[in-house]
Amino acid sequence: MAKVFEKTKMLTDVPFHYCPGCTHGIAHRLVAECIEELGMTEKAVGVAPVGCAVFAYKYFNCDMYEASHGRAPAVATGAKRVHPENLVFSYQGDGDLASIGAAEIVHAAARGENITVIFINNAIYGMTGGQMAPTSLMGQVTTTSPYGRKKELNGMPVKISEMLSQLDGAYYIERCSLHDVPNIVKAKKAIKKAFTYQMEGKGFTLVELLSTCPTNWGMTPTKACEWLKDNMIPYYPLGVKKDGEAK
Amino acid sequence: MAKKLMKGNEAIAEAAIKAGCRFFFGYPITPQNEIPEYMSRRMPQIGGTFVQAESEVAAINMVYGAAGAGARAMTSSSSPGISLKQEGISYIACAELPAVIVNMVRTGPGLGGILPSQGDYFQATKGGGHGDYHLIVLAPSSIQEAADLIMDGFDLADLYRNPVMILGDGMIGQMMEPVEFKEPSERPLPKKDWAATGWDGKSRKRAVINSLYIAAEEMEEVTQRLKARYQEIKDNETRVEEYMMEDAEICITAYGTVARIAKSAVQKLRAEGIKAGVIRPITVWPFPDASYAKYADQVKFFLDVEMSLGQMVEDVKLSVNGKKPVHFMGITGGFVPTPSQIAEQVKNIMKEGK
Repeated sequence: MAKVFEKTKMLTDVPFHYCPGCTHGIAHRLVAECIEELGMTEKAVGVAPVGCAVFAYKYFNCDMYEASHGRAPAVATGAKRVHPENLVFSYQGDGDLASIGAAEIVHAAARGENITVIFINNAIYGMTGGQMAPTSLMGQVTTTSPYGRKKELNGMPVKISEMLSQLDGAYYIERCSLHDVPNIVKAKKAIKKAFTYQMEGKGFTLVELLSTCPTNWGMTPTKACEWLKDNMIPYYPLGVKKDGEAK
Repeated sequence: MAKKLMKGNEAIAEAAIKAGCRFFFGYPITPQNEIPEYMSRRMPQIGGTFVQAESEVAAINMVYGAAGAGARAMTSSSSPGISLKQEGISYIACAELPAVIVNMVRTGPGLGGILPSQGDYFQATKGGGHGDYHLIVLAPSSIQEAADLIMDGFDLADLYRNPVMILGDGMIGQMMEPVEFKEPSERPLPKKDWAATGWDGKSRKRAVINSLYIAAEEMEEVTQRLKARYQEIKDNETRVEEYMMEDAEICITAYGTVARIAKSAVQKLRAEGIKAGVIRPITVWPFPDASYAKYADQVKFFLDVEMSLGQMVEDVKLSVNGKKPVHFMGITGGFVPTPSQIAEQVKNIMKEGK
């Protein structure tokens, strides 16, 4: 029988630990496919975060680091400075990147560090059981905002892509979504573009991927995709926030 | 190579470069600023990399990244900044990465002050960060020794895949002394085939720089491996200077800056006919407990002198194991003891007949 599809070699055969319906699996596959399609399999080095993707080092079939909470951009900085020829990426969730790692992501961008950040925004802390994230939406019920996120108590959600795009050091920043096929296709293009820019030495690139967390949102996977579309996209508009090439 | 008059911090930076360190990640804090400043000047001249990080936290994680990539990497700071690095140091220890960390200790707790202190002994030798681990901790008492120990430190880090701390103080960092840099050692060192350098899928195992072990069996394996390595380090790398101890009846013990003052005190006491000597740990971890055990029968008492409320004295007491009295003299606030103060203290203890 003719082989019509093959899993990318950039993912190992270790089964994902992610919950059913979670979009981390899609994000992993997109990143892995982009590395393979760009011919960078022997040059890719990834940095896993603390959070749901903490085991990403088991899945990406390249040299990997596991960083402490929020520090992946600093670890990636060290890795990239030693081997500038490598394709260095960090893969971080919203608790990791937008809360505890806010300083590291801002300054990696400000330095124009020639790395690529894959930023998974699912508006919640997944691994620890559904606590409020800096990206949780207004009114969103989580285990630490049981009455819904309130402005007076919790402040406002952080729009990381818009914020980082204000930094002159950042080269390319785009927000995509993983809730349906057309958007997944767009997300893959964005990741490939970010990696390509890095290989060209253009500087800091980040792709934010709006993602679902059916388990902690308390929804079916289908309902979670609808919720993302109806609630997250209006607050976190999709699109290119900055592209050094577009000037 | 001719002797050069250099400030401690600059000698340390140059020695690191001589040892092959090409990646330095720093953050300003007094009294160690001359190290990052020197590195920012020198690294571009020799094809090295200096990054001023956004914080001590980021700097130590850059070290994690660079050390994990197989490079000789280093950071430096002073007490409050070293506190911030502790999480990263714990990760480096568990991930079994070689790295060198300099602590030019200042007074504390809190923001403390910028004057010399030895208040970080516990933090440096007992772990500092979370979990079961040890750093190799080298405590220089002169600029020359600081330069030598930095160079040795990079070798020890590579040899044992363990972070090394140089435990100085504001005095070692700020003082100027003649220094002569030794040639880098030819010590055979293991290949870094574990480093994350990019993987061709065949020539070695896939590199994973990691400190996460969820299964008890895996975590135990790692900690037991570290335990065996710590024993090996104790057996092979413990360093101590025994100064005029052969016929000593009184043992003054101190490390770093205070130890050289203690030696001057011994000369004063010897001039008055009092047979004193000094045990000076050069590695404060591993602690040279055998030296104390060796002299416990010979001397009348020990006097531990520190610029702290009494930290190393606990290890001295454990080593002496109750055989002889262990007295303590602590100077704090950033004051440095004088030879006369130490000599007086010895005479007072003798007078009290203890």
